[in-house]
Amino acid sequence: MQSIFDAIGYNSWILTLLLVLPIVGAGVLIAQAQRHSSSDGAATMSSARRTALLFFGVECLVSIGLWWSVDYESTAWQAAVTLPWIESWGIFFRIGVDGIAVVLILLTTCLMPLTVLGSWTSIREKPHAFYALLLVLTTGMLGVFMSLDLVLFYVFWELMLVPMYLIIGIWGGKRRLYASLKFFLFTMLGSLLMLVAIVYIGIEAGGLNGPPIFDYDVVTTTGAYSYNTALWLFGAFFLAFAVKVPMFPFHTWLPDAHVEAPTAGSVVLASIMLKMGTFGFVRFALPLFPYAATHPAVKSAVITLAVVGIVYGALVSMVQPDFKKLVAYSSVSHMGFVILGIFAFTTQSVQGALMVNINHGISTGALFLLIGMIYERRHTRMIADFGGIAKVMPIFAVMLTIVALSSIGVPGTNGFVGEFLVLIGAFRTEPIAAVIAATVIIFAAVYLLWALQRIIYNPLSKPENAALKDLNWREIGLLVPLIAAIFWLGLYPAPVLNRTHAAANRLVERMGGMPEANITVVPERR
Amino acid sequence: MMQSVHPLAETVARFVWWLPALPLIGFVINGALSIYASAKPGPADPSANGHDGSNIGHGSHATDEGNHGHDDGDGHDDHAPTPRHRFAGITSIVGPGVLVLTFGLAIALFVAMRGVEMHEPFVSTLFAWMPVGDLHINAALQLDGLSMVMVLVITGVGMLIHVFSVGYMQDDAGYPRYFAYLNLFVFFMLLLVLGANYVVTFVGWEGVGLCSYLLIGFWFSEKANADAGKKAFVVNRIGDFGFMVAMFMLFAHLGTLDYATIAERAGQFAPGGVVVTAICLFLFLGCVGKSAQIPLFVWLPDAMAGPTPVSALIHAATMVTAGVFLIARSASLFSLAPVASLTVALVGGVTALFAATIGLKQWDIKKVLAYSTISQLGYMFVGVGVGAYTAGIFHLVTHAFFKALLFLGAGSVIYAMHKAYHATRNHSDDAQDMRNMGGLKKFMPVTWTLMWIATLAIAGVPPFAGFFSKDEILGATFARAHGSTLADASLLGMSGSTVLYIVWVFGLAAALLTAIYMTRMMLYTFHGPNRTGDDARPHLAEAPWVMTGPLLVLGVLSAIGGWLNLPGVITDLAPIGPTASLEHWLEPVVGEATARVAGGGAHVAVSTEALLIGLAVAIAIAGMAIAWARLKPSALVAKSAAAPATGIQRVLENKWYVDEAYDAAIVKPTFAVSKSVLWGGVDVGLIDTLLVNGSAALTRFFGWMGSQLQSGRVGTYAWLIVIGAVLLLRAFARVA
Repeated sequence: MQSIFDAIGYNSWILTLLLVLPIVGAGVLIAQAQRHSSSDGAATMSSARRTALLFFGVECLVSIGLWWSVDYESTAWQAAVTLPWIESWGIFFRIGVDGIAVVLILLTTCLMPLTVLGSWTSIREKPHAFYALLLVLTTGMLGVFMSLDLVLFYVFWELMLVPMYLIIGIWGGKRRLYASLKFFLFTMLGSLLMLVAIVYIGIEAGGLNGPPIFDYDVVTTTGAYSYNTALWLFGAFFLAFAVKVPMFPFHTWLPDAHVEAPTAGSVVLASIMLKMGTFGFVRFALPLFPYAATHPAVKSAVITLAVVGIVYGALVSMVQPDFKKLVAYSSVSHMGFVILGIFAFTTQSVQGALMVNINHGISTGALFLLIGMIYERRHTRMIADFGGIAKVMPIFAVMLTIVALSSIGVPGTNGFVGEFLVLIGAFRTEPIAAVIAATVIIFAAVYLLWALQRIIYNPLSKPENAALKDLNWREIGLLVPLIAAIFWLGLYPAPVLNRTHAAANRLVERMGGMPEANITVVPERR
Repeated sequence: MMQSVHPLAETVARFVWWLPALPLIGFVINGALSIYASAKPGPADPSANGHDGSNIGHGSHATDEGNHGHDDGDGHDDHAPTPRHRFAGITSIVGPGVLVLTFGLAIALFVAMRGVEMHEPFVSTLFAWMPVGDLHINAALQLDGLSMVMVLVITGVGMLIHVFSVGYMQDDAGYPRYFAYLNLFVFFMLLLVLGANYVVTFVGWEGVGLCSYLLIGFWFSEKANADAGKKAFVVNRIGDFGFMVAMFMLFAHLGTLDYATIAERAGQFAPGGVVVTAICLFLFLGCVGKSAQIPLFVWLPDAMAGPTPVSALIHAATMVTAGVFLIARSASLFSLAPVASLTVALVGGVTALFAATIGLKQWDIKKVLAYSTISQLGYMFVGVGVGAYTAGIFHLVTHAFFKALLFLGAGSVIYAMHKAYHATRNHSDDAQDMRNMGGLKKFMPVTWTLMWIATLAIAGVPPFAGFFSKDEILGATFARAHGSTLADASLLGMSGSTVLYIVWVFGLAAALLTAIYMTRMMLYTFHGPNRTGDDARPHLAEAPWVMTGPLLVLGVLSAIGGWLNLPGVITDLAPIGPTASLEHWLEPVVGEATARVAGGGAHVAVSTEALLIGLAVAIAIAGMAIAWARLKPSALVAKSAAAPATGIQRVLENKWYVDEAYDAAIVKPTFAVSKSVLWGGVDVGLIDTLLVNGSAALTRFFGWMGSQLQSGRVGTYAWLIVIGAVLLLRAFARVA
């Protein structure tokens, strides 16, 4: 397998291609839009979605090779590319991946075609613009996962923001303007400070005479900041990432954004964009400032926020009347697990955190897609408007049940593997936090099963629901890969774990945590 | 670890994976049929001709008071001859068929195991499930004496219940879905008992909870059923939380979750140490949830909303006993933690008595059996709590026989009642209320006879199965009160031996109540005059052979199950069979732990033992006599004419108001705080309104101020220039 990829030089062009292809797609869509401006709506819609699906499909197919082409044990960046960009300022187009990035890149490229299928019939207004923005957004997201230059990273980071702002603001629900503005301002607030910090770091690394240096490998190895400086810089990065995750109490943009966004927007937001925050911690905030991040006060503050978010998100989720909001708050809870896992600094917890990242992407993405499907039929997301629809939509009921169980973390599904690893790892260094976080397995069952009951079980008492049509083949087809992933990662996660292992272990070692702790049992005193 | 080849390696034990795989295949087939049928309703499909599709009508009908009890399938609403599900034929073959195959394989494994000397469990590893750093969790199964006993019970009793279900559920619109869930349950239950580490067991543990959820809510169109399913899952998850924390602690302290390695390394814990005690208590929290002990028993009575064979399989014979199994499986840990063990015994004893009191006043035949199950599970916990692991498992096995028989018997009664009410279009009377039964022995002689056997067994009358196992538990409790490690420990300020005597007395008291409530159930159901109603009475009849057949087998097992583990004191007197077979069989698994608890001194004289046995028998007979003398079935009136209970009777009828108390103390406050304080207060109020929108308002305010400055009015500007100049001058003046 490896030799095939070598023969075609796969690793040398794949990352660049993945970044360029969506931009090309967006260009094609815009060109098409001009051609279609006079014709009827249905034709416009079908040309737009077909083009988008084509580009996302190709993107997904070519990306899959990364799964095999990359050397996951190597300490060097894989598939790396370096091109000069603004040399006088020390800014390069420098990209490359490790195991953590590959898994997230594949999650992105594989989910995007499904979001197109999920928007197939629901995006009727300006479909070309919609899909073009989705494609640009993809480049931004993939760029974040690949960047090895701080400025380049920042550019991609901000590049994600605008398309999502427009997607919510134009194709969103009733309160879309409030939600999109809130989303934009929250994110900007954090990232501007991060830009200041990046500039500071670059100039520091460049020294007094030379040009600034933004090379990831240089800035992570040379930076010897005073404690105070490191704390300030870490704080700037922390804010940017904490908003994105989102961590309590920076999360309130999320429920609004999720509820108002169109289905594809919610899916991308939850499944991929939230991962930017946790990825940012793993790739930048922690390796840049290991001493600040492991400072006891910082560490316990972050872990406290994570645990508060885990419990708080679950409790607030429990009382939501709107299903989409319920899922949004549950995201706060799930993402808290990721932060807990990362900051517990054990190999199990970090690997578990990376698993939760992926699982959340799959399960929450699937939940939003499912909500979109019933929303399209009933034009309501209120849980109370449903009830008993398992009778009329049995396939929908089966799918929703499986996805909900995965979100609850029932063993055999992906959700369990991630949460279990986070908790068992975190327990070694942060036992109290782990035990408190573990109580959420109870609340998660309450909020999701209760919602499940009120939607698909109970009497089918509302006449509007009696005639609902079950899922069609397109809808089933787009859910099946997600269901398959739920079971695959739940039953046989080893391929993923093996791919993230080396990268995760490097992080843990760098942070002075417990990479491969040797268990020595000290006999207790009675 | 032993590196040499295991004696079972070359035998049929290689195929141990087929044990869970077979039911899983059944699940896939039945599940696919079910989905296919509901997605594509064909002409013969019930949901196509408005039978099952009359959802709305059914739903509102179901909310009427006094429907035919909760155990009312969709199939009984419409009085036209019910068309069977179009895949009923293939499901009837696949569903029970995979269980027959599984049971056959279990027998083959059992025979293979009997043929070899086994000191180590046989572990079969399929693949590395979660390999992360020093954490190695394999998908691995383990065969040893303990898992074999459980497998035989699960597949044997499970097979009988599957067969029974073919009759009981025949007209149900969800027939393949029912068997899919039931097969899936057996799959998870087998994983639970066969797992070679705590995590695989946990997969089964949560999986059976999931199936329980799905099956309790099987008739999900009634809110009560869906509620009951959800309640079961959530309450179980409280226990699962404990199980998880126990696993975290085990890994943090021993670095492994494999049973075999833990047994080796358990010696690193100091006996009675804090860590091992905490681990055991957290594990026990898991057991309390799964096995419905105080304070988490509240889900089990509600779980009776599921179809009756489900109650027999999941909520009596197998799943709810998983907690007992888990403690036996963790015997190497519990035997090091006397305080935790005493807690187990005490909770078990209190639960046994408490649940028995509620059982005295229930009118729903299934509710009587539900509380009886909780009570009997209490006995099992007393057994494993006092370190008599074999006795606990022994009672688990005999209980599986007689309680499955009782539930299926009740199912057969309910089936007959339903048919009678159905034939007479009676929608108002409750087919599960004993006040509507009475005198059924005339109509259902087979069920009547077999249920009496089960009643004698559960009441502890020799020579029926329950007598031996219950007596062994009570005897061990009495014996451990002196000279064992438990007796030397203390709990809640009492010495261990005081605790054990209390538990023993509770056990005896519960035995008395058991005899009373079971006799009461039999009297009210089968004896005295019939109260079903004059027009329904002619329709009462015995169930078909596919249902009575499994009852018959269980009847035999309930009668002779005690021979599994005859006590020495009896075989010495009369050589009626082998002594303590089960104890020998389980010796390699729990022998060491048992000896550690007993500490060498915990034995009683043969004469005392004989006395104890005599006492137990006397209590059982006394209980039945009291019930027979005091309760007059002829004085009972039908439910519709019954007066409401008063005083303590009412408290018992309402189950000591535990549900209401939990609701008021825990459920409602949690929701209220989440809604008003967290969501309304913190999220919307504090963060969004005050901070987010507040800072926006503040910005707007500054913007407004700024805009006021640039009003374009020359007068204002002039004033500002003057003020500015004055301020500047003052500043310069200060510097100078």
